[in-house]
Amino acid sequence: MLLYLKVFIVGGLLCVLGETLILKTKLTPARILVLYVTAGVILSALGLYAPLVRFAAAGATVPLTGFGHLLAQGAISAVQETGLLGAFTGGVTAAAGGIAAAVFFGFLAAVCFKPKPKDY
Amino acid sequence: MTEKNLKYEAKQALERYANLVARLTPKSKWGQGCLRAFWVGGCICVLGQALADAGTAWLHLTASSASGFASVTLVFLTALLTGIGVFDRIARYAGAGTVVPITGFANAMTSPAMEFKPEGWVLGTGARLFTIAGPVLVYGISASVVVGILYYFIRW
Amino acid sequence: MPLHRAGDHTVVFPNRPRILESAAVVGPKEGRGPHADGFDLVLEDALFGQESYEQAEHAMFQEACERCLKKAAMAKEQVQALLGGDLLNQIMAASLAARELSIPFLGLYGACSTMAESLILGGMLVDGGYASPVLCAAGSHYCTAERQYRFPLEYGNQRTPAAQWTVTGAGACLLSDEGPALARITHATVGQVVDLGIRDANNMGAAMAPAAADTLTRHFLDTGRKPGDYDRVITGDLGRVGADLLHALMAERGYPIPEGQYMDCGLSIFHQDDDVHAGGSGCGCSASILSAAILPKLQKGEWRRVLFMATGALLSPTTSQQGETIPGVAHAVALEGGED
Repeated sequence: MLLYLKVFIVGGLLCVLGETLILKTKLTPARILVLYVTAGVILSALGLYAPLVRFAAAGATVPLTGFGHLLAQGAISAVQETGLLGAFTGGVTAAAGGIAAAVFFGFLAAVCFKPKPKDY
Repeated sequence: MTEKNLKYEAKQALERYANLVARLTPKSKWGQGCLRAFWVGGCICVLGQALADAGTAWLHLTASSASGFASVTLVFLTALLTGIGVFDRIARYAGAGTVVPITGFANAMTSPAMEFKPEGWVLGTGARLFTIAGPVLVYGISASVVVGILYYFIRW
Repeated sequence: MPLHRAGDHTVVFPNRPRILESAAVVGPKEGRGPHADGFDLVLEDALFGQESYEQAEHAMFQEACERCLKKAAMAKEQVQALLGGDLLNQIMAASLAARELSIPFLGLYGACSTMAESLILGGMLVDGGYASPVLCAAGSHYCTAERQYRFPLEYGNQRTPAAQWTVTGAGACLLSDEGPALARITHATVGQVVDLGIRDANNMGAAMAPAAADTLTRHFLDTGRKPGDYDRVITGDLGRVGADLLHALMAERGYPIPEGQYMDCGLSIFHQDDDVHAGGSGCGCSASILSAAILPKLQKGEWRRVLFMATGALLSPTTSQQGETIPGVAHAVALEGGED
């Protein structure tokens, strides 16, 4: 149960940081996405993100910084295994699930649904 | 009046107007926005954790597979909610609470894919799928490649 | 040849062109607003039976034109020119409607100021004896404007309090040199493009207010009139923020506009609690309100004389992304009620 509390708080705080950036700096949400992923890659490469994942699990992996962490760790371990080529294969391989799911389900939603007029 | 003076005057006018606009434009409520982002974002992460735990317990997944399973499921749920026209309402309430988790990434792919369907499957849905989320892949993947190359040479 | 002008920026119409009829077609959300009874048609859904929202926008534009002609008992073959525009790239809604209507077409783009622009040019054609009758129209659609200027409809995005809601609607007016009139066009002030450095595409009111203040000031200087000479000074879609800024700027220039004599179409088209933040915007906003709420009051004599000033933010996503500021423009048309 304690883990779930940590997940909630860390995940929530990462969102609060995002909301603050949107409101105070005029960064658009699209830029926030880019910023979070890139920040995740850098923090992970510096070894700063893994401890947060150990502490808060999904609280750190579900936000997009976690996506960046996945990319960076994938690249690093692939370099350890296969050398320089791993720099190109590792990141995308590790993050493939999320990327393929977003592409496929996004496409599927387009097949099945139409955007609705916002008349509420 | 010299040209320099005119430029100075024009700059002054812009500044005066910018101040007036700042005074008369209502601000977004920071406290309220953060509170909403906090609880919704927190709940999405908790849902992710629950999915991962369920994957470990019932599907006997390894830790990293379970985390992948959680991401894929969250992406699926986002695509579904986006499709039926509910996600944007949640996002209007939650702001960064839905943007920052992987749900924001999935919504950014799904919504243009749906939106540009009238322009055709290839140049509409196929190409526009990446209009908002494409940069995430460009910068995320590029950064990981740079990290990999640096790691190859430095091995920290 | 004598110029029909007053001052540097204002046109005086010697024959005072007549607005014979008008019509407005709006979306469901607009149909719930305070002017619900004034619209000729409220769409049941924003697709209007079409395949895409762009088609719906075109159909709505055409519907407004056809209803206007029907009310005036005028065949489209009799109309000598159609002047109009919308917010789509290449003003396609107006162009497609013109294709169906087969009326000689002059496409206009003035962003949300298009309705006033078309009235001014239409009035000149009629008054100069170049064409009569002339159909003037403008329209916009929330769903097409969102995808073009902002985000896909289903994209989860928070609006800021200064953001405005693009009106789904179209309005048309039939101008002529003869016949019973709802109102007559007496003066027009063509606005300059004014830019005081606003970059925030979510604060169009702030981008347009300086242009509105500029045109208004020039109109008063050119005509020697004061705000008090009009029953209403009506702006197109400044919204809450833009209206407040306009009041501040006009007070600074010595032409304060009394609150009771001021109206903004964007502020009056929706109920304020209908989640529209700073108010409505779009070409269809001033066009549909002109037909639904302004011309009827002039016809009934409730208002004797108004200044209708539609305001436009000349925004393009491309130049905006390149860091360019948002220029504004405002055109004013003085309207007087019915017969002499």
